[in-house]
Amino acid sequence: MYVAVKGGERAIDNAHAWRDEERRGDTSIPEVSLAQIREQLALAVNRVMAEGSLFDADLAALAIKQSRGDLIEAIFLIRAYRTTLPRFGASRPVATSKMAVDRRVSATFKDLPGGQILGPTFDYTHRLLDFKLAAEGKAPEVKIAPATKEDVPHVTSFLNKDGLIETELPSNEEPRDLTREPLEFPAGRDLRLQSMARGDEGFILSLAYSTQRGYGRTHAFVGELRIGRVAVEMDIPELGFAIEIGEVELTECETVNQFKGSKTEPPQFTRGYGLVFGQSERKAIAMSLLDRSLRWQELGEDFVGAPAQDEEFVLAHCDNIQATGFLEHIKLPHYVDFQSELELVRRLRTEAEAAQEAAE
Amino acid sequence: MNAQAYNFAYLDEQTKRMIRRAILKGLAIPGYQVPFASREMPMPYGWGTGGVQVTAACLVPEDKLKVIDQGADDTTNAVSIRKFFEKTAGVEVTEATGEASLIQTRHRIPEQDLSKDQILVYQVPIPEPLRFLEPRETETRKMHELEEYGLMHVKLYEDISRHGEISTSYAYPVKVEGRYIMDPSPIPKFDNPKLSDSSAIQLFGAGREQRIYALPPYTDVQSLDFEDYPFEVSKAPHDCDLCGAKDTYLDEVITDDAGSRMYVCSDTDFCSTRRQNGHVGRLGTPVSSEVA
Amino acid sequence: MNMHKTAGGGFKDAPVEAARSFRILMNAMARPGSISQLDAIEPPDPLSPAAGTALLTLADPTTPVFLAGAADTETARNWVAFHIGAPIIEPSDLRSFAGRGRPPGEVFAVGAWADLRGHLEALPIGRPDYPDRSATLIADLPTIANSGAKLSGPGIRAIEALSLPETEVFQENNARFPLGFDVFFTSGSLVAALPRSTRVEAA
Ligand SMILES: [Zn+2]
Repeated sequence: MYVAVKGGERAIDNAHAWRDEERRGDTSIPEVSLAQIREQLALAVNRVMAEGSLFDADLAALAIKQSRGDLIEAIFLIRAYRTTLPRFGASRPVATSKMAVDRRVSATFKDLPGGQILGPTFDYTHRLLDFKLAAEGKAPEVKIAPATKEDVPHVTSFLNKDGLIETELPSNEEPRDLTREPLEFPAGRDLRLQSMARGDEGFILSLAYSTQRGYGRTHAFVGELRIGRVAVEMDIPELGFAIEIGEVELTECETVNQFKGSKTEPPQFTRGYGLVFGQSERKAIAMSLLDRSLRWQELGEDFVGAPAQDEEFVLAHCDNIQATGFLEHIKLPHYVDFQSELELVRRLRTEAEAAQEAAE
Repeated sequence: MNAQAYNFAYLDEQTKRMIRRAILKGLAIPGYQVPFASREMPMPYGWGTGGVQVTAACLVPEDKLKVIDQGADDTTNAVSIRKFFEKTAGVEVTEATGEASLIQTRHRIPEQDLSKDQILVYQVPIPEPLRFLEPRETETRKMHELEEYGLMHVKLYEDISRHGEISTSYAYPVKVEGRYIMDPSPIPKFDNPKLSDSSAIQLFGAGREQRIYALPPYTDVQSLDFEDYPFEVSKAPHDCDLCGAKDTYLDEVITDDAGSRMYVCSDTDFCSTRRQNGHVGRLGTPVSSEVA
Repeated sequence: MNMHKTAGGGFKDAPVEAARSFRILMNAMARPGSISQLDAIEPPDPLSPAAGTALLTLADPTTPVFLAGAADTETARNWVAFHIGAPIIEPSDLRSFAGRGRPPGEVFAVGAWADLRGHLEALPIGRPDYPDRSATLIADLPTIANSGAKLSGPGIRAIEALSLPETEVFQENNARFPLGFDVFFTSGSLVAALPRSTRVEAA
């Protein structure tokens, strides 16, 4: 005799208990601490902060621990927490020209004011597994020069002085916020940049790569890539001036791209921009390429049908929390819809077979 | 963090107001998809975040909530959503369709007629009925504006020329009050007639796609069709094997390695109520003989 | 968030009272012409309890509020500023909101029907691609009863009667559907709604 399956609630509780046990793993191995994750898996923490849109390394470390290292799951935990936080106000725009830089490189000039600073990079390491790390080693001895105190002017500002690159006009218009209003198209550059800054690193990377391979090529040079800390300031109406409320680590990339010009306008380089929380330079470079590619209309270029030029395509699909949710939801029960298809296919087959028999 | 740290029905007041305003505009323009600033919920997109936000914006402490997925109260996601609101809104829950004041559903409309004191909230994955014909929002918005629905009719007509009938069996598009074409969410087309002229308020929430739409009670909702190919409901040609119902939507269950099948009502409350009232199907047993 | 309250002017238990008030408003909008009681708060004169409760339930700092005629008093402005935080706009601002594309784009116009009457032309009625970006009126009437003009359309089983102050203007509003404004009529503690979707016939 058939009895319908019951006990969904107990099944859920058991599954969760099992997952918690798996998360802890072998209990004879010491548990990983949040401080260890924060300090020793800093780039994972940075990615979770960037795509979670919340600058809090301890919470990001907690999310990574809770999600067993599944970074998209960790980003989701941060996003869901973030939406419950009260909003006290908006900061002033951060001044990246006043960044205390740890790293700053330009691919367009051999040397420049402020200098080239390699910083803590993987760029010139040989990718050989370092078996010394497998043994518990001592901390490496390092001499760290203090971050620069002087302002480090942007490379593009030198080109701008000579009129060689398009001028970015400052605007006092309040940027829109896709976390507070529904996304609508055309979105504009402010929403595109916000969307990409919290978009999936892999998605942004692949689309940027596609522009390099000719799907909406923009001939990008990395004018400058910088990583460092900037002060966050907020206007306090009661005080009548802004105060510093903290600092955040940022990665900023500005590309210098294919020039445009016409019979009436002399040729000029154009810009692409990327800005991401933490040390996330792959993401920042990719974002600046994609930003430039998405600006085709504003710069009077042709739409060649490349995905990287298509604002709606990019913005509607770059959020990994939306993407993974919708993708994975197809594992939820769909008996009802499947049943309706099954019934239809059976009927169509019966009719087709009957028609065939009649014809024979 | 525990439930006490969150507001009544989880969402903050400003978010609820924003959703409530969207619901009102949705009711004023039946079938039109109102954009809303959907929030990131503590369950994944695709798990009913739109329905959950609409429910959260509607709930009052006096409500009796029923949650179904595939017509059943005991599917895991229905259990999970019901638990969420028990915890965050402290509302009473029920499995009895007739007792519920608010029903959140995924993929089904209950078999029992709803009353004027009830609200039905649908979870919607893709609210745009034209999306699979035209993926661009910028285009589909224009099509709704201009009532340019020719593409949809072409698609349905191509079905007919290929298969001899319209081969859409769920999420079957409807026209609301002769104006907007609307996606009824992925309910089987068996349920479509229940959309029209219902006594209850019907609300649709799509979280990931940031849309809310609505059908006030007694709204005219027509499934798209052609004069020579009128809309027809369909279901598996069987009776429920547990309660013997002849006119309910059925789940097909494979019962052994030889591929034997049985068919049972997808609406679990409807089926168990019938069985309690003494109806017995082909493979059912009288309820009194079962161990509780 | 902890809000200071002036006697009667705000919800005592906002999440719950706002939820109950919204359900009443939603039922009203879903069933045009049906009359319900709505009086969770006592707003300052000349706003009725129903009008004040509706506004407090629906408006917030993201939705501009227009106080029409006699409703535009110092006390009413202070009440809106303190309890709702909505920007107060002048009749001349209404148009600019009509043309503005960005959400929420929704405006609440509040006052006696007689005072709102002269501003209808200026109210945002939505755009053909976004008909939702339109005004909601909260219009006070001396009385409301289920008599007078005949209503039909979505939300109405057969015919409903409602004591509308006039009919032609609502027929015009319905004729441009899906564009249009939507109205909550209030009187004392009573509320009834007339969305743009409702067809109106003179009694
Ligand atoms: Zn049954």
